[in-house]
Amino acid sequence: MSSNPPHRERVFEAHDVTKTYHMGEVDVQALRGVDLELYSGEFVVLLGPSGSGKSTLLNILGGLDVPTAGTIRYRGDVLTDFDDSALTGYRRRHVGFVFQFYNLIPSLTAEENVALITEIASNPMTPLEALSLVDLAKRRTHFPAQLSGGEQQRVAIARAVAKRPDVLLCDEPTGALDVHTGILVLDAIQRINEELGTTTAVITHNAIIAEMADRVIHVSDGKIVSTDVNSTKRRAEELEW
Amino acid sequence: MQRFVISQMLLSLDRKLLRDLRALWGQAIAIALVIASGVATFVNSQNALRSLESTRAAFYERSRFAEVFAGAKRVPDSMKSRLEEIPGVAHVETRIVEGVNLDIPDLNEPALGQLISVPDTHPPLLNQLYLRRGRWLKPGADDEVLASEKFAAANELDIGDTIAAIINGRRKQLRIVGVVLSPEYVFQVKPGDIVPDPKHYGVMWMNEEALSMAFDMEGAFNDVAVELLHGANIDEVIFRMDELLDPYGGRGAFGRKDQISHMILEGDIRGLKTTGLIAPTIFLCVAAFLFNVVLTRTLALQREQIAALKAFGYTNFDIAWHYIKFVLVITLAGAVLGTVGGNLLAGFFTEMLARVYQYPEILIRVRWSIVALAISVAATAALLGASAAIWRAVRVPPAEAMRPEPPANFKPTLIEQLGLGRMLPNVARMVLRQLQRQRIKTCVSIFAVGLSVGIIVVGQFMQDAIDYVTDLQYNRVQLYDIQVNTVEPLSTDITHALASIPGVMHVEPMRSVPARVRYGPHYRRVAVQSLPTDVTLTQLMDRHRATWQPPPAGLVMSKILAEQLGAKVGDLVSIEVLEGKRPTLKLPVLALLDDIAGLNVYTSLDSMNRLLREAPRASGAYLRIDQNQQAEVYQELKEIPALAGVSVREYALQSFQDTIAQNMGTIKAINLTFAVIIALGVVYNGARIALSERSRELATLRVIGFTRHEISAILLGELGVITVLALPLGMGIGWSFAYLLSTYLANEEAFRFPFIIEKSTYGLAVSVVLTASVLSALLVRRKLDHLDLIAVLKSRE
Repeated sequence: MSSNPPHRERVFEAHDVTKTYHMGEVDVQALRGVDLELYSGEFVVLLGPSGSGKSTLLNILGGLDVPTAGTIRYRGDVLTDFDDSALTGYRRRHVGFVFQFYNLIPSLTAEENVALITEIASNPMTPLEALSLVDLAKRRTHFPAQLSGGEQQRVAIARAVAKRPDVLLCDEPTGALDVHTGILVLDAIQRINEELGTTTAVITHNAIIAEMADRVIHVSDGKIVSTDVNSTKRRAEELEW
Repeated sequence: MQRFVISQMLLSLDRKLLRDLRALWGQAIAIALVIASGVATFVNSQNALRSLESTRAAFYERSRFAEVFAGAKRVPDSMKSRLEEIPGVAHVETRIVEGVNLDIPDLNEPALGQLISVPDTHPPLLNQLYLRRGRWLKPGADDEVLASEKFAAANELDIGDTIAAIINGRRKQLRIVGVVLSPEYVFQVKPGDIVPDPKHYGVMWMNEEALSMAFDMEGAFNDVAVELLHGANIDEVIFRMDELLDPYGGRGAFGRKDQISHMILEGDIRGLKTTGLIAPTIFLCVAAFLFNVVLTRTLALQREQIAALKAFGYTNFDIAWHYIKFVLVITLAGAVLGTVGGNLLAGFFTEMLARVYQYPEILIRVRWSIVALAISVAATAALLGASAAIWRAVRVPPAEAMRPEPPANFKPTLIEQLGLGRMLPNVARMVLRQLQRQRIKTCVSIFAVGLSVGIIVVGQFMQDAIDYVTDLQYNRVQLYDIQVNTVEPLSTDITHALASIPGVMHVEPMRSVPARVRYGPHYRRVAVQSLPTDVTLTQLMDRHRATWQPPPAGLVMSKILAEQLGAKVGDLVSIEVLEGKRPTLKLPVLALLDDIAGLNVYTSLDSMNRLLREAPRASGAYLRIDQNQQAEVYQELKEIPALAGVSVREYALQSFQDTIAQNMGTIKAINLTFAVIIALGVVYNGARIALSERSRELATLRVIGFTRHEISAILLGELGVITVLALPLGMGIGWSFAYLLSTYLANEEAFRFPFIIEKSTYGLAVSVVLTASVLSALLVRRKLDHLDLIAVLKSRE
């Protein structure tokens, strides 16, 4: 973890984070003492097998979940001290989420799904601008049921970035997609990272995707086992799996 | 060990059933309550109907309730055999019936009594009395009476108590030796009143000899009751009786249908027959609808489970039966509750009936055949509601069911297609599109919530109508304080005599002339009310409060009477006068009065006296008195022998309000309970289903930064729209129900409900349903706080 670019601002700082779920009579340790720092504008991939704890970590960073122990700072604020409404406010202002199953609102068109966010954000781009970023401006009046999986995911990305979030958190964004559409989606994420400078964390168990990242964080059994820095990042369109 | 055996006996699917029920307990209870309401109202109304019919039939039969009745002035006993010879007549009972003024201990104001003779030597054969307490009259006793039960109870009179009666001008002490019930007075109401006033009107039975001596009726009678042979032609019998009695001052024979007590009972039974099935139908339709929506949702959630079961080899029938059992368990639970509730209702109902009717006993017992019918009707309704949902889910091939359902299709709503969409926030669009996509469900939900508004409106409408009638009758029509009737028509000088009583401020004479009013083949017995043209103490007023003057010549009559006769304004009708020289008059109908009680005919006092070729006569008068001298006036009136009846408006009003208010209170409480059950059932289930269907969306919105407050608005917005649309619809439904009810009840002879709905009724209905909706919404809103954001995001629905 000493290989971080020192000139960049620290966005997240996690210290000795643990998370235990009580599943009935069994305790499941999802995180066992994680230390992590994320820096402004970087593209990080969290790589690990399913059940390794990477989603838990992402959820905690995104303010969806709270750790059992340990502290998390977001730009100096102690996230772990936030109550529910403060966490809601944090998600509302700073975080963009992209999910494996898109989670679009079926009763709203592409543009309206994006507008949901721009209506409650303080300095958003227009829904159309956001859709243009993911090349879907022409599909803006379509309902989710009229879009392909890849298109739905790109609308979800537009929705996530429309408020100009400080961080973009993507949980298996290509998990439900074929290679071709998956690459289109990754390309959109990469361009947003580069063009808007949004700190981006992508969860995947697909090692190929790690080649796009500035840093690759390997998670296993609730711990960070190693961190790689890519000297050369690959473009999304160069990937294949 | 025991437990092990039992759990072994339960099939796994049945265990799933129990757990599904536990998971859906809130919704299951809401539906069960609606079913229970349906079963309860069905059991109650059908039980009450049958009980009323059988109670009445049994009492009539046991007491040999007569079939034809006639009054006359004075008929020699020798005419009895002539009456018996009329073909079709099985038995004739003659008697003396006289109205008297009563002076009851501890009762300031005068009361009215009806004395009826019974043979000295044997009990009457017709209209036999049921002895509730005490003993029969001793033969030859001239001061003993049997009193009607309600009269005794209202005045707290007991066996051995005495009351004074002014008999033929003489004050006589009468001792109560027994308390009785009569088939003629199941509903005991003073002629001219609409509800019983047992405190001021009592019927008493006395030995014939004593009564005939008191009224100089030895060797004669003035009233007759007739039993008919099976298959006798009643119209023919009435015609012949009139022929025989006319020379003796006959006032016209009439059948049971014109006998006041029977007429009222008949109206109630008819009412119950028509309205008794309305409530159960509403409840069971709502229950069917709720089953449909709840199962549709449950089965959508269990789509993959169903697929798995099919993959394991369960047949469509096995799976369908599994869900049918789910429906039947809820229905049965509701039915059991409903049967208990129905019996509870029957208890209230019996109390209400016992307040107005005098039967030896009103036994509303549970008829298991009715319970069984109620349960099977409820189960049928439930299964009809559920079957479409079950069939839709069960027939999906397993491989298809294993895949998630395709995303729902949405379209812009009509509002947006009209170009108004720009004005809507996205949240509003979500709500509207959801409602539009499930159009049928939305419409039925709106209708069902509307029904609960309607039920309250109908319940309150009866109160409004009664309030209106009370105001009309007692504050606008009757402007007098006291009405007196004379034993016989007297010179109008009586008005001067009355006016000279200290405390009497104003007197107006009136004359009530018994007559048959005939037009073409139809006739009715009425009392023609003859009033001064400038009458001020009573009004001819229709239901809309418009007033008429007594016409100087010709008639004003109740619209309903004209309809029965087939007469119109301008037609000449015959008035066959049944007293004095008994002339037949031909008079034009000048106006029809759309009034609310009784069959009334009005003319002016002058014209009536002229037509009867008599010196000015009156059979009664209206009095206005100084309220400070009430007691003195009452005392004076009690002492006037020429008066046969004194009614005090204030006490009539009080009695009306006491009887009606108690029964209305019960009815309104029951109505409100039912309306709340429907509103809660529909809105709560709607909210739970909306929550289940939308939890993924709502969780997504929470994740991307929406507050709890904001997502509640989306979830509850849907319910809000349904409720808001349901309110005006419900007012419309209530209005229509009330209108139908008033139209139906408008044809009753005794009392016709006017169609009046006060604004406060709508206000009450709206606020009750709104409160129930908000309550359901809040119950569901709490669940939003426990939305599992992460789980929702990880899974695909």
